[in-house]
Amino acid sequence: MAMVFDPMGDLVDANEESAEHGPPPVGTVEPLPDLRADVRSGLRAAVPLAIAVFGFAVSFGIVARAADMGWLAATVMSATTFAGSAQFAAASVIGTGGGIAAAIIAAVLLNSRYLAIGISVAPAMTGGPVRRFLGAQLVVDESWAVGHLGGGRYSRGRLLGAGVLVYIAWVGGTVVGVLGAEFLGNPESLGLDVVSPVLFLALLKGQVADRRAAVVALLGVAIALALVPFVSPGVPLIAATAACLLGLRKL
Amino acid sequence: MTGIWLTVLLVGAVSMALKSAGPVILGGRELPGKFKQVVALMAPTLLAALIATQIFASGSHLTFDARVVGLGVGAAAIMLRVPTLLVVVLAAMATALTRLAFPA
Repeated sequence: MAMVFDPMGDLVDANEESAEHGPPPVGTVEPLPDLRADVRSGLRAAVPLAIAVFGFAVSFGIVARAADMGWLAATVMSATTFAGSAQFAAASVIGTGGGIAAAIIAAVLLNSRYLAIGISVAPAMTGGPVRRFLGAQLVVDESWAVGHLGGGRYSRGRLLGAGVLVYIAWVGGTVVGVLGAEFLGNPESLGLDVVSPVLFLALLKGQVADRRAAVVALLGVAIALALVPFVSPGVPLIAATAACLLGLRKL
Repeated sequence: MTGIWLTVLLVGAVSMALKSAGPVILGGRELPGKFKQVVALMAPTLLAALIATQIFASGSHLTFDARVVGLGVGAAAIMLRVPTLLVVVLAAMATALTRLAFPA
């Protein structure tokens, strides 16, 4: 396969392409996947997502600048935390002079879904503990969605390929936002805040495999929205995963 | 100044630990059968919940604003099999124009 930079690469097509892997035959050892090809396909599928992430990171940089975090602290935060909502929460706590404990509690609640996401990708995360630890840092919402092959199986190559691109976009966008804050407009006036949910919708289309998945996803939406007014942001997301327990029921 | 750096480092450490707990503890092993069925449903469920909260929530408030128009246009474009990058541009434009027409 030729390495072609394809900025128009279609997310949905990329999902269909990944379906070629198919489920492994029962009782046989899965053949070693071509890691480099998987990394490339993950990179390509993540291009539109990385553009959205870049825009989101620019707005984080602007917020961090407004909170007087300093460019280095903001960039280090993007490189280590690498989770949008937790960083916005931390920046606003810093900006309003809130305590360190408040920032940490917000980060734990907002990132609690990564505990569940981490468990879901664990079977695909092979290698020694250090490699698994480093690989896990690249698993964020976007790379996780791109790395899903369907039926709860994940491709390590696609996770890592998409993760690297999204990581570069996130850290790079932060630097641009923090240093260029005064030259940039408000991302919301450009409608950039709908880019990520719309991309997730394109990915979701390929992931609702059957009726049960559709019912469980809608139940998750209902749980999340019902909880929004009553609990801290982030908690509705982890609570929504309770809907997945319906998977224990026989069809 | 040190407060900012302590916050940056601790929030970073907490996030890294949450992301890596599953892969470090369970990495490379198949999950038990029943658990697998639950995990298989996680991608569609969490993605749907992420979309819903990004469109219909601001902090702890339920909202109904220009983002809904953007999502609607995006959904229509996805159904019509428009290329993804164009889907995004159309959705963002619809949101921006709605905000322009109906300033909050």
